[in-house]
Amino acid sequence: MDSLSNRKKVIEHKKMNFWERMYLPAIFQGLGITMSHFFRKKATIFYPEVEREFSENFRGLHSLKRDENGAERCTACGLCALSCPAEAITMTAAEREKGEENLYREEKYAAVYEINMLRCIFCGFCEEACPKEAIYLDGNIAKADYSRDTFIYGKDKLLEPIVK
Amino acid sequence: MDIYFIIEKLILISAILGVSLLIAMYTTLAERKFAGFFQDRVGPNRAGPWGILQPLADGVKLFTKEEIIPTNAGTFLFVLGPSLSMFTACITSAVIPWGPDLTLFGKTVALQVADINVGILYIFGVVSLGVYGIMIGGWASNNKFSLLGAIRAASQNISYELAMGLSIIALLMVTGTLSLREISIQQEGWHWNVLYQPIGFLIFLICSFAETNRTPFDLPECETELVGGHHTEYSSMKLGFYLFAEYINVFVSSAVLATLYFGGYNFPGMHLISNPNVVAILGVAALFIKILLFIFFFIWIRWTIPRFRYDQLMKLGWNILIPLSIINIVVTGLVIILKQ
Amino acid sequence: MSHSIFYLLSFVTLLFALLVVFAKNPIHSALYMVMTFFSITCHYILLNAQFLAIVNFIVYMGAIMVLILFAMMFLNLGKETEVQKPIYLKFAAVIAAGLLMLTIFAAIKKTDGGEISGLPINDIGLVKNLGKTLFKDFLLPFEIISILLLSAMVGSVLLAKREIN
Repeated sequence: MDSLSNRKKVIEHKKMNFWERMYLPAIFQGLGITMSHFFRKKATIFYPEVEREFSENFRGLHSLKRDENGAERCTACGLCALSCPAEAITMTAAEREKGEENLYREEKYAAVYEINMLRCIFCGFCEEACPKEAIYLDGNIAKADYSRDTFIYGKDKLLEPIVK
Repeated sequence: MDIYFIIEKLILISAILGVSLLIAMYTTLAERKFAGFFQDRVGPNRAGPWGILQPLADGVKLFTKEEIIPTNAGTFLFVLGPSLSMFTACITSAVIPWGPDLTLFGKTVALQVADINVGILYIFGVVSLGVYGIMIGGWASNNKFSLLGAIRAASQNISYELAMGLSIIALLMVTGTLSLREISIQQEGWHWNVLYQPIGFLIFLICSFAETNRTPFDLPECETELVGGHHTEYSSMKLGFYLFAEYINVFVSSAVLATLYFGGYNFPGMHLISNPNVVAILGVAALFIKILLFIFFFIWIRWTIPRFRYDQLMKLGWNILIPLSIINIVVTGLVIILKQ
Repeated sequence: MSHSIFYLLSFVTLLFALLVVFAKNPIHSALYMVMTFFSITCHYILLNAQFLAIVNFIVYMGAIMVLILFAMMFLNLGKETEVQKPIYLKFAAVIAAGLLMLTIFAAIKKTDGGEISGLPINDIGLVKNLGKTLFKDFLLPFEIISILLLSAMVGSVLLAKREIN
C-alpha cells in the first residue's frame, strides 16, 4: 500500500560495526546529552508563589453572571443541563415573587443551581448553550478538598458577587 | 595495647561512620536534586534553603511510619535482612586510607582504621556478603516479587564478582601488594593506577555499579516489573535501611575507586608542602573531592542509562566482562615481563 | 586469652554446625552454614592466616553459599511436596555416616592427646609467604590441583550442556 503522507521511514536492520557494538561512544553521547540538560534553564514554575498565566480562552470554574443592575441573568431554562455531556448540572426553577425584580431579571429563576465539579469536564457547552449569557467558565482551577460532597458547587459558590 | 591506641581508633571509627552516614544522607538529596537538574526541573526545594533539610524530613518520615511485618513472613529473617544490608555497608570503610599520617602531640596517627595486608580482599569479601541482606530480606518477605528480586540479586552479584575479582588481579599484578595503604603510597605524583590499568578500571567501575545495584543494574528492585523487588514488603525504617545502605555503598564504592585507581589521597604538588599535618588535611580533602566526583558520576549514570534486560545483564557479565578481564590480565602480565 | 577465644569459637562453630543438621527449614540450614563458615574464618584469623581467612570468607560465604541459597530459592520447599525416601536409602545413609564417624574417630585417636599447645604465631598465612611456599615447595601439587579443577569445570560444562542433534 502506498504511503499517503510520504513520511514513512523504512527502518534499516543493518549489522552494527565494532565501534557501535562497544556501546561506549553511545554511552558518552548520552552522558553529554544529560549534562547539557543539567545546566539548562529549568522549566519549573514555583506554584504557590508564582502562578502560571492562563490563556485567553482558558475554561476554568463556572460563574453565574448578573446583569448591569445586579440581578441574576439565569432563567432556569435548563439548556445548560441539557447540553452538558457529563450531566453535571442540576437546577430547580422557581417563580419570581413581587418585589424581587431587583434580584432576578426574568420571571423565572433558578432557586437551586448545582454543578458537580467532579463530573464536569470543562467543555464549555453550557456556556455556548446559554441564551441569556448567564454562565461563563471564566474562573480558576477547582480547589482540592478532602471530601467529595464539597465538590458540588451551589449558587453560593457559583454566583458572581454583586458589584456596587 | 595501650589505652590511647584504643581511644584513637574509636575516635577515628566514629568519625568515619559519622562522615559516611552524613554523606549518604546528602547523597539522597543530591540524587533527587541532580535528577531534577538532568530533567530540567529543580528538585526538592521546600525543606530549608535549597531543600538542605530534606534528608532530615525524609528520615523523620521513615521513622514515624507504620511498621508492617507480613503475617506469613519469617519475622527474625525479615528484620535481619535490612540490618545485615546496613551492617555490611558500614564496615566496608574500615580499610580505606583516608589520608597521610597526622602528627598530633608527637604521635603519628594513621588515618585508617585497620591496615590489614589483605585490604582489597577484605572489601571484596564484605561486598560479596552484602547480597545476603537482599537475599534474606527477599526470601523472608514470602512474596513472589521479593523472591524474584532476591534471586536476581544473587545471580547478578555472583556474575559480576567474578569480573571484579579478575580486574583486581590485573591491578595487583601492577601494584604487587594487597594493602590499600601501600597502593595509595605507590600512586604518589601522577602514577595513578588508572593510567596503567584503563581497561581494568572500566571493568571495575561497571562491576561496582552492579554490586551496588545502581541503575543500569538495578534489576533486584526493578520497579516496573517486580513492584519493588526485594523491598516490596518493607515499610518504615526497615525500608529506609535498604535505601540508605545503597547510598552508603555508593559512597564506599566511590572511595574504593578513588583509592585503587585515582591516586587515593594524593594530589598534585604534594611534595612541595613540608608540614605533614597540612599535607594530611589537604590529602583528606583531595580524597573527598575525588569521592564526591565519583558519587556525582554514579548519579549522572543513573539518570542517563536505562536498565538492562536480564539476558543482556548476564551476557555483559559472562560473555564480555570476564573474557575482557582475562585478556587484561594476560596483557598486563606480558607487559610486566617485557619491561623487566 | 587466645585459648578462651579459641574455645568460644569452637563452641560457636560446633553449635552452628549442629544447627545446620537439625534445622527443619533448608534455608535456615543454609544460613546456619554461612555462620559456620564465618566462625571458621575467625579461626583462621586467630591463626594469623589472613589470606586464608579472607579467601574462605569470599569463596565460601560470598560465592558458594550464595549459589546454594540461589538454587534453593528455585525449589518448591513446601511440606506437601516432600517425598518419603525409600527404606534402602535410609539404610545406606546410616551405614555411610557410621563409616565416616569411624574414620573420624580413628583419625582423632591417632593424634597425640588433644592437648592444645600455644597457638602458632608465625607469618606463614600472610599473602607473600603463602605465595612463595605454594609456588616453590608445593608447585607440583598446586599445578595438579589446578588441572583437576579445570577438568572438573570442563566436565560440569559438558554435563550441563544440552545435546545438539
